[in-house]
Amino acid sequence: MSRWSYYVTGTALAILFLFPLVWSGWASVRTDTGFGAENYARLFSSANGIRAVHVLNSLIVSALTVTGTLIVATLAGYAFGRFRFPGRDVLFLLTLAILMVPYATILIALYVLLGWLGLQDSLVGLSLVLIVFQLPFSVFMMRNSFEAVPIELEESARVDGCSSFGTLVRIMLPAVRPGLVTVGLFAFLTSWSEFFAPLILLNSTGKFTAILAVVNMRTASHGSIDYAALEAGVVFMAVPCLVLFAFMQRSYVRGFTSGALKG
Amino acid sequence: MRRRAVSGALYATPAAVLVGLFFVVPLLLVVWMSLHRWPLLGKPRFNAPDNYTAVADHALLSSAAWFTVRYTVLITLLLFVVAFGLALLVQNRRPGVGFFRTAFFLPMAVGFASASLLFLGLLSEEIGPVPLTGDSPALGSAVLLVLWRFAGFNMLILLTGLQAIPVDVYEAARIDGATRWQMFRRITVPLMRPTIALVLTMMITGSLLAFDQFWILTRGGPDNSTTSLVMVIYREAFVRLDLGSAAGISVVLLVLLAVVSSVQLAVLRRRSA
Repeated sequence: MSRWSYYVTGTALAILFLFPLVWSGWASVRTDTGFGAENYARLFSSANGIRAVHVLNSLIVSALTVTGTLIVATLAGYAFGRFRFPGRDVLFLLTLAILMVPYATILIALYVLLGWLGLQDSLVGLSLVLIVFQLPFSVFMMRNSFEAVPIELEESARVDGCSSFGTLVRIMLPAVRPGLVTVGLFAFLTSWSEFFAPLILLNSTGKFTAILAVVNMRTASHGSIDYAALEAGVVFMAVPCLVLFAFMQRSYVRGFTSGALKG
Repeated sequence: MRRRAVSGALYATPAAVLVGLFFVVPLLLVVWMSLHRWPLLGKPRFNAPDNYTAVADHALLSSAAWFTVRYTVLITLLLFVVAFGLALLVQNRRPGVGFFRTAFFLPMAVGFASASLLFLGLLSEEIGPVPLTGDSPALGSAVLLVLWRFAGFNMLILLTGLQAIPVDVYEAARIDGATRWQMFRRITVPLMRPTIALVLTMMITGSLLAFDQFWILTRGGPDNSTTSLVMVIYREAFVRLDLGSAAGISVVLLVLLAVVSSVQLAVLRRRSA
């Protein structure tokens, strides 16, 4: 492809892809009389709009999911990447099998199961489910990251008398940082924006996450939809993700290409 | 060595517990539920195979299945062509390529439900700069939304496959006088087969499970014409309060997805054999 057609095609496509984002920002501050924050005010004050508690709920779910995913996936990745033990391959395959059974099909059962465990309509229950569905990607990613660390690093630590846990914390964690960033970022993006799981698992409006509350503005409205306030909601939900993404994009893409699909 | 096996097993324990409790148990439970009349409130009662025989003459379900399959074929074809095109466009290191990759991938940072709301406004007649009208604006808007949101993500995966092909293979082919099309057909596509299988499987399973986009863009309408399979499951469970019936449909869908996944596994295994 010639230089010219490469740049023309690329630029035209980039504009197409960026346009919706720019437009929603513009539409969210556009008012009848010009520009202002009125749409955001309606987003937070209208009868079905979002409240501070919904934002707090989202933050709790995201924090629990990111922390839980990082801990479980790091330990499991270390186990799969560096140890041999009975049942290792079965457990690894079972974890990957989660990918083949998308959770939409078992959410009905999870709803009943969480009820039995006393976790119905609970942010903790929702976070546990979100962690499990992050595991295939995260465990796979962390296993590959641990496998990529030179074995000599680990052996020299063992010679120095480090326990396997000491080796993990002092030697391995710094070496698998790009993988951790990718896994954490992915867990945040998913838990912050996930819609279907909270829709099923959370019942009371007081427990709603922010995205449920924003969508509720659309679905609960009889008659006309307040599109401008909706776009304000879109921007409100998207900005944290875009900011994080901008900061971490480098290690995210690197972790993705080096870990996720190797092997 | 013995001790290392114990440590390894200990490190894997949290994952094993979570996978067992929140994946294996619900998987068995959904099958168990599908054999019962299981109201949202109240005692379940064994009624097999009623939930499955009901699947056969569920009018909304068959129209939803037909709609979901058509949607899946359409999305998979379009999304694959667009994502592969983008990957080919940005595969080589050139000035500006990083910007293009980021621009195409950026929509992935916006949650899918938020993206659906974004397109609801973008394509609306009230405030949209590009109002969508025509025969089936509902399906059209879902297609545009999915292309916008997922093309960059699939591009990135295809890109990792493209870049894993050694440069010398192309060099050798060039020396032998292969045309660009021949190289694409004979080198790129065969060597990318596992990546292509992965991407296609994700597209197919993702579209078979479509929910957010139709729930938000069209609410399943007009006249249930854009009601997807997962929307029917939701409706059975939380509108008709019949969890058994919802579980029955889920199991049928699960089997369907297992078939898709095993086809992919077969393709992958053929490569490594």
